[in-house]
Amino acid sequence: MDVQKYIASGILELYVAGILSDKENLEIANYAKEYPEIQTEIEAIEASILLLSKKASPGSKHSFKSIMDRINSEVKVIPINNKRGTPISTYVGWAASVLLAIGIFWMYQQNQELKSDIQVVEQQNNNLEQQIADSDSSLEKTTELLNSIRDKNISVIPLGGQDISPSSYAKAYWNKENNKVFIDAKGLPEPPEGFVYQVWSLKLSPLTPTSMGLLENFEMDENKIFALNNPNESEAFGITLEPAGGSKSPNLEQLYTLGVVSAS
Amino acid sequence: MQLDLLVEQFKKKDPSAFEKLHGMYADNICGVINTIVKNDSIAQEICQDVFIKIWNNSESYNSSKGRFFTWILNIARNAAIDEIRSRSYKNEKKNLSADYFVGILQNKEDEDSVVDTKVLRNLVKNLKEKCVQIIELLYFRGYTQKDAAEELDIPIGTVKTRNRSCISQLRENMEIK
Repeated sequence: MDVQKYIASGILELYVAGILSDKENLEIANYAKEYPEIQTEIEAIEASILLLSKKASPGSKHSFKSIMDRINSEVKVIPINNKRGTPISTYVGWAASVLLAIGIFWMYQQNQELKSDIQVVEQQNNNLEQQIADSDSSLEKTTELLNSIRDKNISVIPLGGQDISPSSYAKAYWNKENNKVFIDAKGLPEPPEGFVYQVWSLKLSPLTPTSMGLLENFEMDENKIFALNNPNESEAFGITLEPAGGSKSPNLEQLYTLGVVSAS
Repeated sequence: MQLDLLVEQFKKKDPSAFEKLHGMYADNICGVINTIVKNDSIAQEICQDVFIKIWNNSESYNSSKGRFFTWILNIARNAAIDEIRSRSYKNEKKNLSADYFVGILQNKEDEDSVVDTKVLRNLVKNLKEKCVQIIELLYFRGYTQKDAAEELDIPIGTVKTRNRSCISQLRENMEIK
């Protein structure tokens, strides 16, 4: 290598300035060991900068002792940590990762719980929707029923309680146009098991009962209003308690309510 | 090599080696910082911090990466540059007119300063303005060749050769003095 040419290139000045790459620095450090001229040149360059910087210096008023005092006060903590074996940062690191793992697991659990909560709520929601649909349909029926008994062709026949059950009562809403009768049986006691109420259309002279039908599922019916067909020229309506399945002719001893159609 | 030995001891946290190195370089390091902060008391304050930093990072110095002085020079100018970027210094700097280190001469002449302006003036008197600038940028500011070329508006290849001739001039002045 041409050492003089290398020196003249100006790279050693940049080396002292500390602005070369690691690769270049390493190369020059090796050349300096190999070629004394290069080492000498580096030191001379450094000396010029040392002098220049020294002349710009306000002087180092601080004493070396003050530096060591500060260093000693700053590093006192370190030996304590060393006695414990592991730097506190290691523990903090592990603790942080354990906490993170617990946190992630906890969030997973929370997520699962929320998912199952959502399912429950969806189920409840479905049930509520079903109830609303049921209510709607019930309301529709009730409205329809109300409209039916408000119809101008309706005759209302109150049926009063008879000897066997004086407190019983019922009402018949008779639409003669379409031969329908709605029996409001709210005022009747629940029939004993094995018995059923039977509604009769009566002609009075002579007394001729005609069965209009049974009040089936009495205890299950919520509004206790029953729609029956009545093609008869009825003069009165009666309700008797009959064995399940009904009878051909009424058992008048078990006549609960009776009402006469007023002549109109 | 005595310096190499000292540095080795210093890397092993030997306080007496550190004391010797401090004795060798404290004025220079304070001077480098002063070229940047241009304020004696602030420079001295940072200087002390820099030596503490040097001690705390002693094991990170590696002689294959450069001279020991270059290593502490780099730490010092980074600390000083951090300082002038910080809020606290801005107000102090207002009254300084010169951007380059020769400004220290002009500013110190009126004041009772420990800066040896006469010697400094002798050192730089034959240096052209462009030399003062390039030395300032490369040594006291740590500019890369590329950054210095842009700052001075010269081709990047010129930085190395101009710096070489400027340092040569400086070395001649040192001998004349």
